[in-house]
Amino acid sequence: MAVPFKYVLKSFKTRKLTTTITVTGIALVVFVFAAVLMMAYGVQKTLVATGAPDNVMVTRKASNGEISSIIDGDTRNVIRTLPFIAKDSNGKQIISEEPVVVINLEIKKGGMSNVTVRGVSQEVTLLRPQIKIKEGRMFNPSLRELIVGEAISKKFLGAQIGSKVKFAGDYWSIVGIFESNGSGFDSELWGDSDQLLNAFNRGSSVSTLTFKLDNIDNFEKCKRAFETDRRLVQFEPKIEQKFFEEQSEFLATFIRVLGIFITVIFSIGAIIGAMITMYSAVANRTVEIGTMRSLGFSRRSILIAFLTEALFISLIGAVVGLFFASFLQFFTVSTLNFSSFAELSFSFALSPSIVISSFIFAVVMGFVGGFLPSVRAARLNIVSALRGG
Amino acid sequence: MSVIIQIKNVSKSYWRNSLEIPVLHDLTLNVKEGEFLALMGPSGSGKTTLLNLIAGIDRPSKGELNVAGTDIAKLNESGLAKWRSASVGFVFQFYNLIPVLTAFENVELPLLLTKLSKSERRKHVENVLSIVGLGDRIHHYPKQLSGGQEQRVAIARAIVTDPVILVADEPTGDLDKTSAQEILTLMERLNKEFKKTIVMVTHDPHAAEKATRLLHLEKGDLV
Repeated sequence: MAVPFKYVLKSFKTRKLTTTITVTGIALVVFVFAAVLMMAYGVQKTLVATGAPDNVMVTRKASNGEISSIIDGDTRNVIRTLPFIAKDSNGKQIISEEPVVVINLEIKKGGMSNVTVRGVSQEVTLLRPQIKIKEGRMFNPSLRELIVGEAISKKFLGAQIGSKVKFAGDYWSIVGIFESNGSGFDSELWGDSDQLLNAFNRGSSVSTLTFKLDNIDNFEKCKRAFETDRRLVQFEPKIEQKFFEEQSEFLATFIRVLGIFITVIFSIGAIIGAMITMYSAVANRTVEIGTMRSLGFSRRSILIAFLTEALFISLIGAVVGLFFASFLQFFTVSTLNFSSFAELSFSFALSPSIVISSFIFAVVMGFVGGFLPSVRAARLNIVSALRGG
Repeated sequence: MSVIIQIKNVSKSYWRNSLEIPVLHDLTLNVKEGEFLALMGPSGSGKTTLLNLIAGIDRPSKGELNVAGTDIAKLNESGLAKWRSASVGFVFQFYNLIPVLTAFENVELPLLLTKLSKSERRKHVENVLSIVGLGDRIHHYPKQLSGGQEQRVAIARAIVTDPVILVADEPTGDLDKTSAQEILTLMERLNKEFKKTIVMVTHDPHAAEKATRLLHLEKGDLV
């Protein structure tokens, strides 16, 4: 029979100061741990939300991102002949042929940063219905006009309605601000595809081509068409959501690896803190341990009681750390996405798996910190424990 | 009456930095069921060591030790723990109550090692607390009780499992005269009325008077 949980719980409350310090230490580490995972997940979530599961994005094979992809005019025409492209009510194919370039803009707080400029076709609002004009209006396709993502308009100078941005030897007027449900498009500037091709002298070569599938089940057939048609073998169709998910991998992994490395170093401090607390708990309660052993409680039940106490401390730390980390969801940050070389704005995002991972991390800290003191408690000689050690 | 504690040629030594310190020498002693035995002797004479051996919280270096029909010198660690929970009740000089538990919870502690249900445990605890005269203090914490009351809770804890023997190490050593008298009267009652075999270590001749048998230990030998 185990030592009653009541005893563990009540003993835990008696050393308020040391316990609070230990809980704080563990909570801080859990906070950093959860924050790192939330950041990586935020990047992933943002980029996954950028793509739709029934849109197909075509890029040149082996291109790492949209910038390094190129699709010439002839190929564009071949792709347009594929039968799997959805049509609007007027029978027009829902397709957007997009030149993607990177320009630099001045940040309000100082310095410059890269931002993505995407040329889109008229049908883009059908292709990506999550795009909503928040202020102003849509660009006129026959003019050098741009609409900007919400995150860009907040962060960069001259990215507001009425401003003009200079690139490709011309001034582009900003006529609207759009939002895209927190996706990666929020960090982009959009203009007309042909206007951009013309300004950058790219002829008819776009970076990527995205179309809506008439039926989501036709993707495999579509893929086969690219593999079998000699004119298309150099190109690769991907579900748009998957494409952007892959784009997030490098940055998310980088954040995760670096963050976890730092957190693990922090956790050593928290483990030592837990260990000191538990050693002092054992030292302060030597007579109690001796008494319980003499009453017939086994070594194992003493070990479990002290380990439970350590785990309990760490679980409280996890709850506190996660509680504060959850507020990070209200923060939006931006960083350079290594895959697109452009600014990406995202929010910290919490997921059930992050909550579980944080709890596991805290429990491991509690277990490692509490194990040796608990073993010491269990191994105490009854006679000397009754004498106070 | 049958012999309940049989100690035959028992020796006990401690080791300190490879130096053997003999405490008990070839000691032989029988205690009959229902006896109230007082062990007296100067400090370091081995009284507490003998008590610890009888109670199964220490092991003899040599000899046979049969208590309540079990050769406890041969039991392993967990066997000994089980045996203690069923056969021995402890009363310590400084009461050794768990400060974070109430009187009720302290007394209930040894019963958690039995198969009794919660309501049965409650019945037992309330019963023994009323025997020791603390039926109205069951939800008090040790710090809310006087020394005498604390020792009575400790005695209630010692008898709640209805053990075969009670061992008491200076049970009145930390009490004022009145409280000490109350505790001794209670122990005498447990011996006479409830037929408990008691082995008590004491320095107090007045306490020893309550015993039915008095033994003196000197330098590890019975004299």
